[in-house]
Amino acid sequence: MSARIPRAIELGVLGCPACSRVVPASVQVCPRCAMPLHARKPGGYHTSWALLIAAAILYIPANLLPIMLTSQLLDVQRSTILSGVFLLWQEGSWDLALIVFTASIVIPLAKIVVLAALLLTCQSRSAWRQRERTQVYRIIEFIGHWSMLDVFVVALLLTLVHFGKLAQVEAGSAIIPFTGVVVLTMLASMSFDPRLIWDAPAPEPASASPDHDRPAATAV
Amino acid sequence: MPSALLVICEHCDSVYRRQVLKPGEVARCQRCGSVLYRRERHDLDAMLALTLASLIVFLIANAYPIMRLDLAGIENDTTLWHAILTSYDSGVDAIAIAAAVCVFIFPLMQIGLFLYVLLPLRMGHVPRAFIGAMHALRQMQPWSMVEVFMLGTLVSVVKLSVVAEVTPETGFWGFVALACLLTALINFDLHLLWDRAEALQS
Repeated sequence: MSARIPRAIELGVLGCPACSRVVPASVQVCPRCAMPLHARKPGGYHTSWALLIAAAILYIPANLLPIMLTSQLLDVQRSTILSGVFLLWQEGSWDLALIVFTASIVIPLAKIVVLAALLLTCQSRSAWRQRERTQVYRIIEFIGHWSMLDVFVVALLLTLVHFGKLAQVEAGSAIIPFTGVVVLTMLASMSFDPRLIWDAPAPEPASASPDHDRPAATAV
Repeated sequence: MPSALLVICEHCDSVYRRQVLKPGEVARCQRCGSVLYRRERHDLDAMLALTLASLIVFLIANAYPIMRLDLAGIENDTTLWHAILTSYDSGVDAIAIAAAVCVFIFPLMQIGLFLYVLLPLRMGHVPRAFIGAMHALRQMQPWSMVEVFMLGTLVSVVKLSVVAEVTPETGFWGFVALACLLTALINFDLHLLWDRAEALQS
């Protein structure tokens, strides 16, 4: 168990991303499920950066422009994402305010920052905290789609609050850049290949002490 | 060594020999901690049961209004499709498309594809478009957002309860149940199905 765990790229094998079948690296199409095979996700850094930069640009109008227009009689109120959070807070639902704040503001920003950091460290072939970087990647993959929350809230509110002059909710201009941010950050994190984190030439001090917490798999 | 006995970590490229696990056990990568594979506690029957239950609940969630709003005696209620169409009519196509795709089309397709794959496998043969269906299921999964929509309805109820009287209706409970069932269903390791199909074909 103390032996260093071999990597597929060193053994000359590939795993199918769809069905996990292991084949020699010379095979270009998975024999079980016909998936085109690549040692690393095609597209590379360019694709991830392009999606990420587009998301970062859209993040600004998404937060500055109003996401919802509420009109009651003659009074029109424009609320941005952040002012919507404050409103929830003032009404006493601090728990929901926290959820919306996390889903709409923190998660998209965290995804942009984390992915940029991952791309930069991978491009400089850094061997810094590889395990933690992989964990952070797994987290942003997992939480990414929760940011769509505000889009659904606006859809429901503008349908329900439909009382003509008495009270009316309309979608603000931020909704399109905001949806764009969510979709683009999801695409960016899908296009990033976490195996690049481990492609840095690294001495592995961890291999000297076997990991007792995770004994379920044994090295070849 | 036959390559079917190997498994490669999709997050760090480490290669391991597959081992037989006990039901409920999970094999994790020693290098990066990702899940390599797992042995499910339940089998195809449980997946099939979850899929059928999801289908029934999906119909309920979409057939009944999600919530009702009462403002000074005027009542408004909405189903999911009503919300999608109203968004579309108000000119915000982005919302309408996001809601239609992520909350209606993809979840429905997931349920349909699971049925298409599971029923024949359970009866002992592999469906004709098995591979295509499995690819579609894998690619659709991150874009299926019933659980996010459910949280969205909750936020809407609270936001509206300040200005008007708002009551969650049958559709709301339908979405709560659908979110739980679909989450349980997509947490199954799809390799269970790949392995079953391969065993049937050989």
